[in-house]
Amino acid sequence: MSAYRCPVCDYTYDERTGDAREGFPAGTAWAEVPDDWCCPDCGVREKVDFEPAG
Amino acid sequence: MTSATADHGTGETAAWRDGKRYAWLLGLVVPAIPFLAWGLVSATGLGAFWWLGPVIVFVLIPLIDVAVGTDAENPPDELIEWLEQDRYYRWVTYLYLPIQYAGLVLACWLWTTYPMTLVDRVGLAVSVGVVAGIGINTAHELGHKKEKHERWLSRVALAQSCYGHFFIEHNRGHHVRVATPEDPASSRFGETFWGFLPRSVVGSLTSAWSLEKARLARQNKSPWTLRNDVLNAWAMSGVLFAGLTVAFGPAVLPYLAVQAVFGFSLLEVVNYLEHYGLLRQKTDSGRYERAAPRHSWNSNNVATNVFLYHLQRHSDHHANPTRRYQALRDFEQAPQLPAGYASMIVCAWIPPLWRKVMDRRVLAHYDGDVTLANIDPRNRGKVLARHGGVTEAPAASSAGSAGSAGSAVEGGAR
Repeated sequence: MSAYRCPVCDYTYDERTGDAREGFPAGTAWAEVPDDWCCPDCGVREKVDFEPAG
Repeated sequence: MTSATADHGTGETAAWRDGKRYAWLLGLVVPAIPFLAWGLVSATGLGAFWWLGPVIVFVLIPLIDVAVGTDAENPPDELIEWLEQDRYYRWVTYLYLPIQYAGLVLACWLWTTYPMTLVDRVGLAVSVGVVAGIGINTAHELGHKKEKHERWLSRVALAQSCYGHFFIEHNRGHHVRVATPEDPASSRFGETFWGFLPRSVVGSLTSAWSLEKARLARQNKSPWTLRNDVLNAWAMSGVLFAGLTVAFGPAVLPYLAVQAVFGFSLLEVVNYLEHYGLLRQKTDSGRYERAAPRHSWNSNNVATNVFLYHLQRHSDHHANPTRRYQALRDFEQAPQLPAGYASMIVCAWIPPLWRKVMDRRVLAHYDGDVTLANIDPRNRGKVLARHGGVTEAPAASSAGSAGSAGSAVEGGAR
């Protein structure tokens, strides 16, 4: 299980917790998140721009 | 704590004070407008004071802008986080809301009980609309934050103008597509405000709906649920207007409608001037280049900046949308408007004046190559004939092709 961080606002998508509001239940793999899904906090960067977190 | 020291890496430390710290409280004059108008009418007997709202925003603030001038001071980079954490600043924005709604209730009471002519009542409705419109700016500041209660307050502030869907569309639509032809809230070169207004109102509404529909579809849910943020935001407006009608009678409804329409039109005219004609180019991968300082119009006029929580430091806002207003910075390379937003709003209402003031600035920004601008497709032929100097083969060179042919034109003044 890994986590990915938005390079602009530090929003972090963690595969373990997912993001239920966005429609990704806990355990949703990063690969299942659509490429054009943008950061839900800042809207500046999209999935493909996210960086692996810690 | 009102000041902090920054180590500039040279071993020498300098104290920094936020010169605008207490000036931000002046923003609370706006929601107090219905109270001020009522007080002035009572004291003088002059019904003209019901129009205090538009007079303050479109006459007084532009005059103060001219008198006070500009300020390009930025907080030192190393103090931005400290400045954002200072809770005083967010309380200044929260306070807008109770005054805004107390003013709305007062206005309902005045419309139904105070001796006023029809013109007086409309004047008060427009003044209340100014509060609602600038309330959208407050909602904008709150809606970008990560804290849940601030996002909720944002929707509360939007209830008065029935623009709750703005909170969705702006954050997830406008910020993603800013300065591209796909964004309903980015105005195009050659597009008048009156052409932009319906396009942005309808486009923002449909965009908000599709964004929420897509989000709920990922949860296998229908959009017809109160979990849909568009619907629950509108429900807030419904409850608010129903409550006021029960309390004051249906006579308040036409005035509530006038203030809501004036309020969201005020937001839309600000949308119009924030990105006029500016275009992000497409990269080789087919994606748009990342939004940069050059894709927003800015202004450092102090008075308007204080009343709009640094909204005019718009380039930094698009680079860092979650950054709090007090920490937004001026970028030297960002395109500058010739006056503050308050003055430019009046200019936008008069299309020939707007074209005269702004078109040459857009051209100068693109070194005379109008094909690099976001051109209104409805007026593309006319715009190219007037400013292009080249005839474009139809559909051969898209507006997105950086470096496409374009000859130097007159009017590169800045």
